[in-house]
Amino acid sequence: MRETAGERWGRRIVLTLLTLFVVIPLYVMVTSAAKPLQDVQNGFTWWPSRPTLQPFIDMWSTVPLARYLVNSLVVSSIAAICSVAVAIFAAFAVSRYRFRGRGVFSVTVLSTQMFPGILFLLPLFLIYVNLGNATGIELYASRTGLVITYLTFSLPFSIWMLVGYFDSIPRGLDEAAQVDGAGPLRTLFQVILPAAVPGVVAVTVYAFMTAWGEVLFASVMTDEGSRTLAVGLQGYSTQFNVYWNQIMAASLVVSIPVVVGFLALQRYFVAGLTAGAVK
Amino acid sequence: MATSTTAPDADQREPRAGSPAREPARRPRGPRRSLLPYLLLAPAVVLELAIHVIPMVVGVWMSLLELTQFHIRDWSTAPFIGLENYRATLDLNSAAGKELLHSFWITLAYSLLSVGFAWLLGISAAVVLQRPFRGRAILRALFLTPYALPVYAAVITWSFLLQRDTGLVNHVLVDQLGLMNERPFWLIGDNSFWSLLVVSVWRNWPFAFLCLMAGLQNVPGELYEAAAIDGAGFWRRLRSVTLPMLRPVNLVLLLVLFLWTFNDFNTPFVLFGGSAPEQADLISIHIYRSSFKTWDFGSGSAMSVALLLFLLVVSAAYLLITNRRRDDHA
Repeated sequence: MRETAGERWGRRIVLTLLTLFVVIPLYVMVTSAAKPLQDVQNGFTWWPSRPTLQPFIDMWSTVPLARYLVNSLVVSSIAAICSVAVAIFAAFAVSRYRFRGRGVFSVTVLSTQMFPGILFLLPLFLIYVNLGNATGIELYASRTGLVITYLTFSLPFSIWMLVGYFDSIPRGLDEAAQVDGAGPLRTLFQVILPAAVPGVVAVTVYAFMTAWGEVLFASVMTDEGSRTLAVGLQGYSTQFNVYWNQIMAASLVVSIPVVVGFLALQRYFVAGLTAGAVK
Repeated sequence: MATSTTAPDADQREPRAGSPAREPARRPRGPRRSLLPYLLLAPAVVLELAIHVIPMVVGVWMSLLELTQFHIRDWSTAPFIGLENYRATLDLNSAAGKELLHSFWITLAYSLLSVGFAWLLGISAAVVLQRPFRGRAILRALFLTPYALPVYAAVITWSFLLQRDTGLVNHVLVDQLGLMNERPFWLIGDNSFWSLLVVSVWRNWPFAFLCLMAGLQNVPGELYEAAAIDGAGFWRRLRSVTLPMLRPVNLVLLLVLFLWTFNDFNTPFVLFGGSAPEQADLISIHIYRSSFKTWDFGSGSAMSVALLLFLLVVSAAYLLITNRRRDDHA
């Protein structure tokens, strides 16, 4: 099927406009991170008057960025690993067993994803605070509380995507393993998981991204010691100065790992979406 | 945010459970076997109960209490006042009720426009990238980048672009193109709504693109060949092949995007620095601000529950209507 001239030009125009829309903010982020402070305090410039890497050095001392970074790394990594571990077992049950409550479980878990975050925020805040007062288990303003909260945020989508992956693995493999005398858990770990590695990796990255980018609960459930990047990055605007060059440098640094991870694994996300939603 | 990154679909799961192809390889035999799936699910169920279900129930309970700042520390002392919080916050003659209604309309307009534009950009990109050409993989990755960025990094960058004196937008509009004499404010006043909308579309459209791209991979190429042989031009093929084939994806995608944007908190919170101007006072941020400003969690919970009920009704109506239409077609 040949492309007509009109279609070709239409495609070029659409792609050019979309590219400009996407690229301009990214361009500003990257170039402004290399600007000296006076460039971002006066009128906007397309190019740094004097390109410098100073913002990447100064950003660590203007706010305790290293602490925020460590907090975000710890919280997001643990939340991602736990979320995927829990999701693997749940997805295995949903994919390989038929049991009473299977449909209810799937629907309930997925629908919680659609509920307003603000609905959980106030009660969860009170539960964490009161639990701390009553039992001494510090969940409010602690990284543990954030980990538990975040891991449930990514859980539904992780389960859903892994079910799609597990479903695509032929059951003949399970049966072969059982003939060899493998129990259900050995089947899961030695047959199904090795075949679903891309799915598991994609889900891990997704869970990490969810925790890494969360703002609402981070802004309420943390204090100075447990603050994550999502809230900490707003500290660059002091009353006298907004260090836009350092903000852009810090934004760039905290974005690169998740963007690279997501883009490297994008085809597995597409595959997961195709396996689940589109069928 | 809880509702931020997912495309799950309750509706689509049901047929799967019943379809014969999905018959599990092994039926549970004996009591030990039949317990196993529940044990496997237990961690997920416990977590969902602890973080989603129980807080939701507690939230409904809180909305019936006079849970003001005097009772926050020890909420067992808060008196039960029935539906009083609902009456106070939803009373459209009171100041609080008027503000809530205002916020509701803003949010509705914001969601509908944002979903519409995100879908439009998503389908355009998915369609023009359908056919292979040099550089397609790079463009695809580039288009997904706004979605991969942490939301705060993306929105902070936009708030820099939109600064009145130091931002790119005014530099281009006022200094370079000379379209305006005055430098407009983009983050306060009437313009703030449109700023919020643009940022939200920038961030959300790649998700629509991702889903629609996945959907297009399932459209057999022969359909286009056949349509082309019949003399169908670009628009005709789009209307008669692409869009009908994408219908299942669109049904889910539009609902999910709508629910996300309606509950959106992150974009205004970061864009406007912890608050929101009246013209861009989305409902999540409205509830958040009124709860933590006055520490009246009772009325905050009442508004949250009302929001949830509204969204449940909208979702149910949407699913009913779209299902009925599907039956009509069959």
